Parts: sequence; C-alpha cells; structure tokens
Amino acid sequence: MLKPGEFYQRDREWHPPAYVPDYKTSVARSPRQALISLENTVSEITGPVFGHNDIDGGDNDLIYNYAKPGESAIGERIILHGRVLDENGRPLPHTLVEIWQANAGGRYRHKKDTYLAPIDPNFGGCGRTLTDENGYYYFRTVKPGAYPWRNWVNNWRPAHIHMSIFGTAFAQRLITQCYFEGDPLIAKCPIVNTIPDPAAIDRLIAPLDLNATIPLDTIAYKFDVVLRGRRSTLFENRLEGN
Amino acid sequence: MPQSLEYLKETPSQTAGPYVHIGLAPGAAGFDIYKQELGWDIAGPNARGERIRVEGLVIDGTGSPVKDVLLEAWQANADGIYAHPEHAGAVEEGFRGWGRVITDFTTGEWGFDTVKPGAVPGRNGAVQAPHINLWIVARGINVGLNTRLYFEDETEANAADPVINMIEWENRRQTLIAKRNEKDGKVVYRFVIRLQGENETVFFDI
Repeated sequence: MLKPGEFYQRDREWHPPAYVPDYKTSVARSPRQALISLENTVSEITGPVFGHNDIDGGDNDLIYNYAKPGESAIGERIILHGRVLDENGRPLPHTLVEIWQANAGGRYRHKKDTYLAPIDPNFGGCGRTLTDENGYYYFRTVKPGAYPWRNWVNNWRPAHIHMSIFGTAFAQRLITQCYFEGDPLIAKCPIVNTIPDPAAIDRLIAPLDLNATIPLDTIAYKFDVVLRGRRSTLFENRLEGN
Repeated sequence: MPQSLEYLKETPSQTAGPYVHIGLAPGAAGFDIYKQELGWDIAGPNARGERIRVEGLVIDGTGSPVKDVLLEAWQANADGIYAHPEHAGAVEEGFRGWGRVITDFTTGEWGFDTVKPGAVPGRNGAVQAPHINLWIVARGINVGLNTRLYFEDETEANAADPVINMIEWENRRQTLIAKRNEKDGKVVYRFVIRLQGENETVFFDI
C-alpha cells in the first residue's frame, strides 16, 4: 500500500514575496535572508487535529452568532461555501476553517479599528467550522463593506473575508483572503497585488453562485481552497528513516 | 502539447492583517463570542515532563517590537510524540501540542505555558533535538513565516540536530536557540524573533 509522503514544495513564485514595497507594512516586516529549504520531517507532516468538541454548531452563522435574541446582523445576506481540497484534488475532511471580516459598513469589531463607520451591535465578525467528510464547508454572513486604510493616502480595501485553514499538517497551514466577483477595488489593492500572477489573484475571487442561493433570502458565493498536496511513497520512505 | 498534469495549485497566501485577532483570538480584539477559544492550552493537565514558559518578542527591521503578531506553536510531548495519527505512539489525554498566542498590544511581549518537548525522529534515522515549530503571521507578512525554537540547555542534542546543522552560516544558528532563565521558580525560555536586519532569525521554507 502506498503511504502518504512529503508535501509538494510550496510554489514561492505563485505566493506573494515577503517584500513588496507598494504594501508598505511589508517593508520592515520582510526577511531579507533567503528562507532555508527544509525537507519534511515528522514535525512538518503532522499538525493539530480538531473535532466537534472544539466548536459549536452555530459558530458558522455570523448573522446570528453574535446577535441578540430575535435580532440579526445588518447587511447583504450571503452564504460563503466551497470545498477544501489538496493539490491532488482530494477533499480534506474535518479540517478547521476560521473566518473573520468587517461588517457591512466596513468596520471591524476590534479595539484597534477606529474607522468612522459604525459597529453593528449584532455582528461579531468571526466564524469557524469543520469541513464535512467531503471537504465541504459553509458559512452564512453579511457581505463585508470596503474600507479605507493607511498605505498610500487614498487606499481602499476591496470587500474581503479573511480565512484561516489547517489541513492535516503544519506544512499546509494557510491564511488567505476571499474577494468577491465584480469588485472594482480588487485590481487597485496593493495587498491583492502582492501576488505577482494574475491567475493566482483570480483564485482568490469568489464567483456569485446563484445555484447555492436561498431564494428570497440569501445570495451565495463559492470559494474553494486548495492546500498543499503530498506524494505517495512509491519506492522508499526516507522520511521516517531506515 | 504534452498531456496536462492535473494538479491543482495551492491557494495563494494573503496577509493576516491587523485584525487577525477577531478571527483567531476574539477576546484580544475585545469581545467574547465562542464557548472556548482555541490554542490557549497546549499541553493539557496530564502532560508529563518539565513545565516551562516560553516568551519573547518579534522585532521588525527598524528594531521595533511587532505588536500585532499572532504565533502558532506545534510541538511533540515530552516523549517526542506528536498528537497526530501519522506519528505512532500515544500522547497524554488532553495533550494537543498546538497553541496560539498573540502579543501584548502595548509591549509586543508574547508568552505561553507548555511542557518541554522530547527529541523527535528525523530523516534517514537521524534524531532531531527537542524543538517547538513556530508559525508567525501579522499585518505586513504576506506568507506565514516558519521557524523553530530550540532549547539552550540541549547543547549536545542541538549540536547533532540535522536541521540546525543544515544552516550553512554557523553564526545564524544561534537565532533559533531560546535562552533558559528561572523566574519566580518557573523555567522560562526567552526567544526573540528578528524579522529583518542584524541577527535576522532563520526562517524555513518547509
């Protein structure tokens, strides 16, 4: 039987580089030395395991998970759904997906956010869920608003939802952002444009998914996430020794 | 045209941004939403081995502490076993070996309590010195940074560690070694991560 082996190398030309001067904060926070390439050991091919005891069933419904009884968050109601796959196209079941976002006015519930748009008393702005046995996940939330940020004098972030995904190994750990089809701010955003390849940027744009809407209730966007895939060890297993 | 390889491409990374706490540590953002936040208890109550505290700073290229960073730790138990189905052996009930910690917004100090991990198997029959794997995300960090924390008092094991020895520049190896102190009767390891500049910490492409 084939044993799963090492993870495919991360394509560093596909990911954003550390140093991108147009995203000013990266200037002082980017290593200048080259990363040291490390072949996988047991420390990299393992990672934390989460279960249903770790979260609550309602954690993935941001419209209600911070709302007072009988109330709900304000904004365009959306379903964000998709699958978590690996580079071999295999679904990643039971993996933890966490999201956070601004409210419909573009304001974060965070003590450091001072944007003048108001806090929504019924919206926290975070959710979490485990993928099902087919790697499928879904959240219900409101579409976040665009907001200004200090980079150049007049930068606006496109509407986006931050997403953290685990997979089965520490080597797969990933944080990214999901954008929404048709947003004219995407092309102008210095954070989006840290990614050099337009094809890679496209991978972060969730299309409108009318088939997944709830008619007369909630619109839907689909966002699939791909984590690193891994080899099957055909001939030898140097990873664990011998 | 040759046949196409039908691999998918990994989803590209984006910065965790300044408000990462909302998603991953909402209490720090200033609100209480989940029945329990994840990653505050790395070792659990039953873990064997030496109880330690790990603390430190993340310093940017201007020499300033980074005050909005989030770190995740991944470690084996004191027997050198990871709590994962692909690592043979059992860990103590409640031992997950994974933690999440954020910096103080004023000082940039971070810290977590755990047990000191044991040595773990390396490639080709080698042994890796005890270490904690760290993953660092923040505003301005476009792809999470991976590094390792080794322990100052593991002199022999560190000298034989295949990963430390792979670092060509011997003077950079010490950036991975946490300094051992005792404070109020507790063992504390201090680990300062320098993102850039003099003594830049070694980061790995894993």
